Amino acid sequence: MGTLWFWIVAAMLAAYVVLDGFDLGVGIIYFFVAKSETDRQLALRAIGPVWDGNEVWLLAAGGTLFFAFPLLYASAFSGFYLPLMMVLWLLILRGVSIEMRSHSHEPLVHTFCDGLFSLSSALLAIFFGAALANVVRGVPIGKDDYFFLPLWTNWTPGPNPGILDWYTVTGAVLALLALALHGSLYLALKTSGDLEQRALNRATRLWPAVFIVTLLSLPATAIARPNSLENYRAHPIAFLAPLLVIAGLVAIRYALRKKASLAAFRGSCVYLAAMLAGAAAGLYPVLLPAVGNQGQDITVARALAGPHVLRVGIVWWSLGILLALLYFGILYWLFRGKVEQQAGGYGH
Amino acid sequence: MDILTLHRIHFAFTITYHYLFPQLTMGLALLIVVLKTLALKTGKEHYAISARFWAKIFAINFLLGVVTGIPMEFQFGTNWSEFSRRTGGVIGMPIAMEGIFSFFLESAFLGLFLFGEKRLPRWAHWLSAFLVFVGSWISGFFIIIANAWMQHPVAYQLLPNGVYEVSSFWGLMLNPWAWLEYAHNMSGAVITGAFVMSAVGALYLLQRRDEEYGRTFLKLGVIVGLISCATQIFPTGDMHGKYLAEHQPAAIAGMEGLFHSEKGAAMVVLGQPDFEHEKIDNPLAVNKLLSFLIYGTTSAEVQGLDQFPRDQWPTTLPLLFYAYHIMAGLGTYFVGIMGLAGLLLWRGKLYKSRWILWPILLSFPLPYIANTAGWMCAEIGRQPWLVYGLIRTSQGYSTHIGVGTSLFTLLGFLGMYSVLSILWIVLVYNFIQSGPKAPHEAVAGQSFTAA
Repeated sequence: MGTLWFWIVAAMLAAYVVLDGFDLGVGIIYFFVAKSETDRQLALRAIGPVWDGNEVWLLAAGGTLFFAFPLLYASAFSGFYLPLMMVLWLLILRGVSIEMRSHSHEPLVHTFCDGLFSLSSALLAIFFGAALANVVRGVPIGKDDYFFLPLWTNWTPGPNPGILDWYTVTGAVLALLALALHGSLYLALKTSGDLEQRALNRATRLWPAVFIVTLLSLPATAIARPNSLENYRAHPIAFLAPLLVIAGLVAIRYALRKKASLAAFRGSCVYLAAMLAGAAAGLYPVLLPAVGNQGQDITVARALAGPHVLRVGIVWWSLGILLALLYFGILYWLFRGKVEQQAGGYGH
Repeated sequence: MDILTLHRIHFAFTITYHYLFPQLTMGLALLIVVLKTLALKTGKEHYAISARFWAKIFAINFLLGVVTGIPMEFQFGTNWSEFSRRTGGVIGMPIAMEGIFSFFLESAFLGLFLFGEKRLPRWAHWLSAFLVFVGSWISGFFIIIANAWMQHPVAYQLLPNGVYEVSSFWGLMLNPWAWLEYAHNMSGAVITGAFVMSAVGALYLLQRRDEEYGRTFLKLGVIVGLISCATQIFPTGDMHGKYLAEHQPAAIAGMEGLFHSEKGAAMVVLGQPDFEHEKIDNPLAVNKLLSFLIYGTTSAEVQGLDQFPRDQWPTTLPLLFYAYHIMAGLGTYFVGIMGLAGLLLWRGKLYKSRWILWPILLSFPLPYIANTAGWMCAEIGRQPWLVYGLIRTSQGYSTHIGVGTSLFTLLGFLGMYSVLSILWIVLVYNFIQSGPKAPHEAVAGQSFTAA
């Protein structure tokens, strides 16, 4: 039961990164590729109907985490207090900037909203990358299962870490680059002409950086968290994840050469999902590793909710996710294809 | 300031602000479905344009509801981690179910509703409006399941490590408190929607512009408003009060400012509670009314605060007393104004009676105040308990968060929400002033070429 819920939450988080990842990515590369007002409207229209729904995966994953692993929810959310609050503020600013832009004709307001949208998107990617790296590296959990982290200490992982150190900054940079690539590929898929070309060029230029930092992140993880490889040795099936990561990256490169936007975007989805699967496989059955010698790891067994709710939960969760997939299927199918240039805006 | 008070203010501020938006969107969602249905049935463009106009106002409020709602879920973990750890096995379920069953539904079909009018058949566009309505009402239901369990814990078992978990799924879902609270709350949301719609209608008629739309909005707002204002008091408010008296007698005593148990207790309509000397200053009271309202007889005894040890009195009692009186007073006023407007509508005089259009226009903020006051009654009345009778509020907060950190984020939210308020007022005011017939600066639905 615990294993099942562990992978359910991991899958929901992966869905969040793959889906909201591309609209965050569009925000990151926004100023680099969308030069004219028309371009910007097209870029926003490409994410307009779906970004809000994509964000729901974060809420739903958070709710599911709360439900299945209350102890983890309590410990991690209070421990990452400040960065989480900043994530909330960034999500607020980002949502408001997209909405506000569509209701104004004033170029100055547009420029302001564009800046806010792009900046908050980039910062969110950085925060999420750093957060994931923190979970992989471990946090100073105390005897009472709680912890509190300063934003930084001496910039090195170890018994007294901060939220930022060389390892988590690497995670943040990787997330920023990977989502920028993901967003470029999505934009290329949804647009045509010059904008598509610029998005493809951006992706081609980003790819080597993503490739190099991804490769660096593997030894970096082994240094920052030496026992992360144990799981891989114990369960060789876990090596599927890094293999898929490499496969996804290679597929993107190959598809970019052929200018096949759809194949490239699919490769990017596989790459992101496999990165998360790889992190999860390295952690299991730990949910949040402890560093230092105060407390102990928060594990699936220790954090798991009661058997009755989890049994009931499987029933409604399956039903609910099937419905959600149906809604998203309808939504994405209806807004399939490339957004077109036309008079009028990208709002509603 | 001590850390517990700060955490409480933090939550109170963010939840109060957040709920300004869902109460309107849940109410408007219903009214938009009515407009869409009229459009489908009559085939009149007039109703379709009306629905599109309200959809814009809905959208901005929905967005603000979403972005201010995400902090609410997070704060269970960030500021109230002990509460999350101990009760996640119970309230984690409705919270997760809200995300899975409601937010996906709402967000996906809102995308279709706002962007898809040109690319969907008419019935499908009606259906997306209907599903947005269903989604928003499901959302309200699950969050009330969570709150009702805190008000009136049922269907749980306590584990040796102090953690609570659900013992019966249906027991949790069929918590009678939840259904009462839900009916009362949703009725309140419809009141907000109806008052806002009526106010816009009244504004157009007073300004002598878009009068055709003004009449539609006013008529629909008054009819729906009259029904919801009536159900808000009877049966939902009445039953809720009786249930409260049975299960949270200290909360009722605090709301009514009843210090001493009395047979044939009077109801204080106006007054200022003096908790030092345990009396009400300048009371304006109706004799025996309280006993009658709660127990149906004028001679019944109502428990006063003196029946309870001081450490079980609701904290911030004066606020509780005023919140209740503001809620009840406004509720009475709502029935009065909507009753009067309904009567004039029935007589065919409403649109011409400018003297009633003014108060209808000016009353639009009042349901927000009443809904907020109602939630204050529920939440302050539950004090000092976080989960009634099981966990005290002082046992639920995150112990590792410093006062400075908590203050920092509270100030951050204050600043952020001040900016949002200005934005919200400007945008909604602009929509209303540009009117339903304004060309859409943003075209509903776009043309795509098939991939």
